[in-house]
Amino acid sequence: MTDTDTSTTLTSASTSKTLAGEPKGRTGWARLLLGRDAIMIYVLLVTIGIAMIAVPRFASPVTTGFLLLDVVPVLLLAMPMTLIIVTGEIDLSVASTAGLTSAVLGVLWAGGMDILPALVLSLIVGIVAGAFNGLLIAVVGLPSLAVTIGTLALYRGLALVVIGDNAVANFPPELNQFVTSKIGGTGIPTVMIFVLIIVLVFGIVLHVTPFGRGLYAMGYSKEAARFVGIDLAQAKFWLYVACGLVAALAGIYWTLRYSSARSDNAAGLELTVIAAVLLGGVSIFGGKGSIPGVVASVLLIGTINYALRLGRVSDVVLIIVTGTLLIVSVIIPSITAALSRWAHERRVRHELPRAASSGASSA
Amino acid sequence: MTTTVTPTTPPRTRSRWSTLLRARELPVTIALVLLVVFTYAANPLFLSAQGTKDLLLNATIMIILAAGQTLVIITRNIDLSVGSILGLVAFMTGSLFANVEGIPIWLVFLAGLAFGAVLGAINGLLVTVAGVPALVITLGTLYIYRGINNWWAGGTQYFAGDRPEAFGNLAVDTVFGFPIITLIAVVVVVILAIYLGGARSGRDLYAIGSDPAAATLFGIKVSRRVLFAFVANGLLAGLAGVLYAARFNSVGATTGSGMELDVVAAAVVGGVAIFGGSGSVIGAALGALLLTTITSALTALRVDKFWQQAIVGILILLAIVIDRIAALRTARKLRLSEARDD
Repeated sequence: MTDTDTSTTLTSASTSKTLAGEPKGRTGWARLLLGRDAIMIYVLLVTIGIAMIAVPRFASPVTTGFLLLDVVPVLLLAMPMTLIIVTGEIDLSVASTAGLTSAVLGVLWAGGMDILPALVLSLIVGIVAGAFNGLLIAVVGLPSLAVTIGTLALYRGLALVVIGDNAVANFPPELNQFVTSKIGGTGIPTVMIFVLIIVLVFGIVLHVTPFGRGLYAMGYSKEAARFVGIDLAQAKFWLYVACGLVAALAGIYWTLRYSSARSDNAAGLELTVIAAVLLGGVSIFGGKGSIPGVVASVLLIGTINYALRLGRVSDVVLIIVTGTLLIVSVIIPSITAALSRWAHERRVRHELPRAASSGASSA
Repeated sequence: MTTTVTPTTPPRTRSRWSTLLRARELPVTIALVLLVVFTYAANPLFLSAQGTKDLLLNATIMIILAAGQTLVIITRNIDLSVGSILGLVAFMTGSLFANVEGIPIWLVFLAGLAFGAVLGAINGLLVTVAGVPALVITLGTLYIYRGINNWWAGGTQYFAGDRPEAFGNLAVDTVFGFPIITLIAVVVVVILAIYLGGARSGRDLYAIGSDPAAATLFGIKVSRRVLFAFVANGLLAGLAGVLYAARFNSVGATTGSGMELDVVAAAVVGGVAIFGGSGSVIGAALGALLLTTITSALTALRVDKFWQQAIVGILILLAIVIDRIAALRTARKLRLSEARDD
């Protein structure tokens, strides 16, 4: 038992280090069309197709509208979360930050402040919350999982302190209408333009800029990232600030969409966001993942959710489906990895002389 | 380097006293004592017989969950599905009493423990066999177990009236002022503390959490030990579920939801390092006691109840900072003793 355990870990370590003799990964078109992101998008398209055929009333502009309005908070929060998880960290406090922002906005508005300064102040609250996380994690160097469990309770607690068990509902009707308005007859909500801009910004930062490529390096190996001159602390700090800002936007959106500022707005959303990000192919260990995959994953969960509700299937199925998808999506890569390792070992044993085989497989 | 060191503490003769001062449980103990003393001074009713009993009853379930979670966290894993396991087992308990005429109480306990252990084993197998991080797996099973609970329960709720009186009395009767279910929690904590401190396989858990690769090389059966930690944690979550049904009036589809992060928080406050390798069950139990006592203390002190959660958050952050300082001190001490070359 112990011997086999040891030898498999050794060989897995050696296969990841000696890449020279291995067949190269897919390149060019094949990579684009067969990669993890592409598969997520295919699954999304197939799901939408099935829903259109099987669920009555799914194929209509009304669907587009409600579906997109529903996914906005998760989609927004998933963007900074993707970048943070790519660096190997995590932020559990996003939903609490959104709740705190919502509470602050409600109290300021109820206190007679104009809506514009109230919105700006709420955004600042989000940024400060993110910066506090960033300070503890990036500057002091505390583990992000533990810190953000703490700030999850702290920010939600502060939301309670700010607004208590009151609810503020009388926001300017123009704003509510704007948030739920659609672009012409397409059924696409107007806010999607802003959401799209945010998605694009995060996508470009992660995939095109040196800063974004540096995040992968940080997630893959902190030592290596430091050696190539990446300022780990600074990068992480700004990520958490960005996360606070986006969480504030999500909180404001939540408040205006449901026209209600309460302390428990968006409660529990952090795990939904993380599940969506992981389902989108981002590795919890960091160093792997992409924005298109995450967007497809958020939309996939949103579509299944909406289709099931239209089809009058209870939420139960959705919860089980989300959980199962998450587990299956992480297990399949590890099974394929095990299979290819097995194939590789067999090839090595086949090609090398019998006497050297035992040495070769662990060297 | 050597010249700057003042050799005040010879490293070999560490007295009992200094070990105590360096214990990871110390900060949480001090916080707990201060909280209780301060609240008692302000409002003597806080420690009346009834007040103490309420404190202990409120903490019982969290203590059991935190103790189980500690086993898992020490191995550098995490189990987020405990709230869902507790919910499923609590609902099963309610359903057994309501639907099986005259079922003996011990059989219900046994069924609850077994069911919890099976759910924990599913987590453990997925983590060890598939080699996927526990955070992801248990986030998935958090949803799946909760979904099964919703599907099974639907709108049904079972109330205390459906359960035999003797079962409900477990949370009412006291022995030497301790409610019976609290005594069960204390026994659990003591057994786990002895196991982790004394048994070879218990020490293995720490080794795995400190450095999994080294533990493997050393010949520790990592997969088997981690699987065991998950099964034990599931079993304890099952126990907590049965006791939940004894303590609270109703069990239904949402019982125990959202508990997972509180449990992890209790362990962290109790000095269990989130990345494994150090911490103790007693610390975690004290952390759970502290977090649940704060609620009652704030009420007794007539502090605005809305401040409660914010204070819990601050406590968690303080615990992490203290843990960090302790770790840095240990690291420096190790470096110094290496530099001294002894």
